[in-house]
Amino acid sequence: MSEVKDRIAAASGPEEPGTPPALGLIGWLRWMWRQLTSMKTALVLLFLLALGAVPGSLIPQTPIDPIKVSDFLAAHPKLGPLYDKLGLFDVYKSAWFSAIYLLLFISLIGCVVPRLSVYLKGLRARPPKPPRNLNRLPGYERFEIPEAGDVLEVATRELRKRRFRVQAYDGAVGAERGYLREAGNLLFHFSLILALVGVAWGSLFGYRGTVLVVVGNGFSNSVAQYDDFTPGRAFSGDDDLPPFSLTVKDFQAKFQEDGPQKGAAREFKAQLTYQETPDAPEKPYLLEVNHPLRVDGSDVFLLGHGYAPRVTVRDGQGNVAFSGPAPFLPQDANFSSFGVIKAPDARPATLGFEGFFLPTAVIGQQGPVSMFPDDLNPALVMTGYYGRPQPETGKPESVYQLDKTKLTQFTQNGDKWRFQLAPGQSVPLPDKAGSLTFDGYSRWVKLQISDTPGKNLALGGILLAILGLMGSLFVHPRRTWVRVRDEDGRTVVEVAGLDRGLERGLGDEIGAIVKSLKKQEQV
Amino acid sequence: MNPSTLASLSNLLIPTATIIYGLAMLAHAVEWASGLRVVKKDAEAKVLVAADGGEVPDVPADAAPADAVADESSVRGDQASRIGILLTVLAFALHAGGVLTRGLAAGRVPWGNMYEFSITASLAVAIVYLALLKRQRLQWLGLGVTFVITAALGIAVLAFYVPAGDLLPALHSYWLVIHVSAAAIAGGGFTLGGLASVLYLIKSRAEARAVDGKPMPAALRRVPSAESIDAVAYKVHAFSFPIWTFGVLVAGPIWAYYAWGRAWGWDPKEVWSLVTWVVYAAYLHARATAGWRGRRAAWVAIAGWVVFLFNFVGVNLLLSGFHAYSGL
Repeated sequence: MSEVKDRIAAASGPEEPGTPPALGLIGWLRWMWRQLTSMKTALVLLFLLALGAVPGSLIPQTPIDPIKVSDFLAAHPKLGPLYDKLGLFDVYKSAWFSAIYLLLFISLIGCVVPRLSVYLKGLRARPPKPPRNLNRLPGYERFEIPEAGDVLEVATRELRKRRFRVQAYDGAVGAERGYLREAGNLLFHFSLILALVGVAWGSLFGYRGTVLVVVGNGFSNSVAQYDDFTPGRAFSGDDDLPPFSLTVKDFQAKFQEDGPQKGAAREFKAQLTYQETPDAPEKPYLLEVNHPLRVDGSDVFLLGHGYAPRVTVRDGQGNVAFSGPAPFLPQDANFSSFGVIKAPDARPATLGFEGFFLPTAVIGQQGPVSMFPDDLNPALVMTGYYGRPQPETGKPESVYQLDKTKLTQFTQNGDKWRFQLAPGQSVPLPDKAGSLTFDGYSRWVKLQISDTPGKNLALGGILLAILGLMGSLFVHPRRTWVRVRDEDGRTVVEVAGLDRGLERGLGDEIGAIVKSLKKQEQV
Repeated sequence: MNPSTLASLSNLLIPTATIIYGLAMLAHAVEWASGLRVVKKDAEAKVLVAADGGEVPDVPADAAPADAVADESSVRGDQASRIGILLTVLAFALHAGGVLTRGLAAGRVPWGNMYEFSITASLAVAIVYLALLKRQRLQWLGLGVTFVITAALGIAVLAFYVPAGDLLPALHSYWLVIHVSAAAIAGGGFTLGGLASVLYLIKSRAEARAVDGKPMPAALRRVPSAESIDAVAYKVHAFSFPIWTFGVLVAGPIWAYYAWGRAWGWDPKEVWSLVTWVVYAAYLHARATAGWRGRRAAWVAIAGWVVFLFNFVGVNLLLSGFHAYSGL
């Protein structure tokens, strides 16, 4: 990564930087270290990083979409397990991807740390003496003056005015500027390390959880209340969670109602109240996408929404076996939502129902479907099951799936029993097993609550890196020498420049300096 | 004017601009072709000279016609070049008007979907090109630039068009302005840099052959030296890279954090933005590495541009993710 080092390596004699020296273990280690921290290795590692990142965008990734991964595994029985072994379903946490970026960062550190000391020494160094043959430099001009006089003082003033650092020598001045290029370069690389530390910090000490809250219900921040909780490795649990609580008072969604983008989401708004601690006063907050709520170091995001039909199930003995909202999960852009209603306490038989909530129900060729995401014509389309009461096992069960292994589907007139209800309607269950009432529906919101402590460090690191990058790209280091010589009795002033950046060239700077000197010397 | 008038005005301006960019491209093609005649006459003149016994300096009468043709041809080339630039400026004005009216019609920044991003990003290419045209004497890039803009606008109009409309909730943020404009400007620079790198490869090859005594292809004579093309390519890349860094590693993650609850989630667009960043970082390193300067570095720059283009078009068409625009 360091051109300086490449030059040193190239200058260090016949030993080619590709040939291992005939040395012992330490020699080998040193050779390997030098290989690792060379610019060519850094380049190769950069390409590998780019190449290694690609499969993660082409192959489904477990952390992003686990359902797609299981679909892929089912569709490719031979390729799937191979991909799995290679870590291709979780590329960015795989050993080989980690190896690439860790090597890259070791290479980076190995490159910039020695460069830092070289730079710090170079900072104090004075501009060097002029080389013997100035006329061999890329920029060179000469002119004659009647007598030497104070031309070197004039040149010193002129170069200082041009923000060069100037050193006087016998019969010459040396000048240099553009020290900030290397400073920028170093800042860029060190800041990248800083940003990575920030990212690592966040993933160690942060947490992230999601929870589905039906409008009207509340949530208090403890691990048990989450549907899904991912703590960082160094996260210790409930003690680290700020003790806030919130209630979802209302949720409103707006959708495009006409045109080719009909049904596209336009606006989501959730009205919350929250308390920072159990004793704190209740405060309101309007939660929207792009406007998370910040409470005590954690952020609350609005990630999604859906419908929760409110249903009352009465069993065969006339008792209420289930009552309340049951969140259904949207299956398509028009919010055809799938869900289940479980009444394990129903007697004499336990009851279970599964099916769809359709916010804008239309009878299509394949049966009822939803045609629009908003609730223009809501309907509940379900089927029911019954079974023998089971002893409580205490095993956790998904609230979105019905375990049908010990259940039998209701039939009516020899057909599978199905029903469709509008809000307020009821249906009796076959065989006098009870009844189901579609009382209405609520909306639910999916909230993410998370804390990523290192994010400001990461942001600051990247911003500093950009600052450094600009320094390294736009600062133009160069040297200029002015020398007065006596040539066969004539006094000759030589002005020469050396471009130390790789790209710029000297432009007409030498010409401008000569012009200014001539003017001040009046020749 | 009401939104629908503005929208139809935009729908008139953008295709018109596309056609005029196409005409500018033709003018630049004529500019390139104008060199071809020189070679033919040159060759004839050489044959004549050889038949005369190689007394070129003594027989100015023989050499004169070839020079005259070269002069005339270069004048024609300059004329075609000027016409091309003039047409580009005209097309740019219409193009800018089309983007502006589109934004006014929708009541927001004009980059909420693929169509709008295409017309805005190609406007960014035109802005960067015209801004640098005078200072860096970029007219030799005219053919490539007008080709890219005509193609981008043509595809946008024919394949990506959607009527002006409202935005998804996640796009209701001022980061839409910052993030996307940074990506578009950097993309405009990368496009110029990629074109310059292609031309650098062609010209440096021709120069290497010229050293071996083969004639320089006539069309390349109007193009500056490989070295100065390389310098221009570096300058546009150096200009674009920090902006790209800001756009995809600062503005993008901040907005993603607010909208989606995470700063970085390996969404396909994020992955390809990072790949683009890494390839251009490799380009800058390659230029500072012995053995990689010059042609190899130029290939890296071209690879960066290809990755950028794939990120801009391919990711939306082929892969799914959070960066999906409604209605494309």
